[in-house]
Amino acid sequence: MVPLNWYLILSAFIFSCGLYAALGRRNAIAVLMGIELMLNASNINLVAFWRNGVAPMENVDGQVFALFVIAVAAAEVAVGLALVISIYRNRRTVNLDELDILKG
Amino acid sequence: MPELPALPSILELVFLAVALLTAVGALVVVLSPNLFHSALGLAATFFGVAAVYITAEAEFVGVSQVLVYVGAISTLIAFAIMLTRGMMYGTTSQRNRQSGTAAMIAALMFVVLTALMNAIPWPKAGEPITDGEAIIARLGSMFVNEYVVPFVLLALLLLVALAGAIVLARDRK
Repeated sequence: MVPLNWYLILSAFIFSCGLYAALGRRNAIAVLMGIELMLNASNINLVAFWRNGVAPMENVDGQVFALFVIAVAAAEVAVGLALVISIYRNRRTVNLDELDILKG
Repeated sequence: MPELPALPSILELVFLAVALLTAVGALVVVLSPNLFHSALGLAATFFGVAAVYITAEAEFVGVSQVLVYVGAISTLIAFAIMLTRGMMYGTTSQRNRQSGTAAMIAALMFVVLTALMNAIPWPKAGEPITDGEAIIARLGSMFVNEYVVPFVLLALLLLVALAGAIVLARDRK
């Protein structure tokens, strides 16, 4: 069996990549991709802890949570991309540092 | 049983190959200057994560990952990139002013998380799974027993979110 630590290190790497994309990229779609990476990293952790937990045949809560996260991520990305398209139609840009009309 | 110790090492090799694909895909998503290459890297990452679930013997989650992430979300992101195509080949940088700080924070995050995971003595568990189909049956019964309220709320959330997305993205003229 694959050691638990390997899963955790992989998911920490993917989470850090997603964090960098969410904080350091200008394009709103790139930021959304970073958020998707972070959600995937959390899912890897849920599944890895389920597999290495006590009695994985009976306690499948980790998998249930992972499936919930997948479904919520699908809803989130649909709304996020709709917002991006709507902003692009109105402002002709999706660069987040140019979207500052709420700044006083 | 002489053949039993060989099996985990094959699984570990498969995991290492899959993890490498996933990590490289994530790096392509983050570092590629072309947004469409980022989307392709994201699809590769999603596939890699699905394979990681399979190595953890969570087959149902892996199949759901392929259906939802690779099938739907990657396609949706590719469409959004094409609809905002004016941004794809811009001469300006893909990084904002705080990207240096963001890179430092992300690197620090990775170092701290890795150190934390190695410091914590996780309990030695991981019992063998004898019947994979029983797990899927158990998942199904949990969704309609213990987790029935979140399950129904999730269905409502998906309906509202997708209807809202259509309203937001619709051309009002």
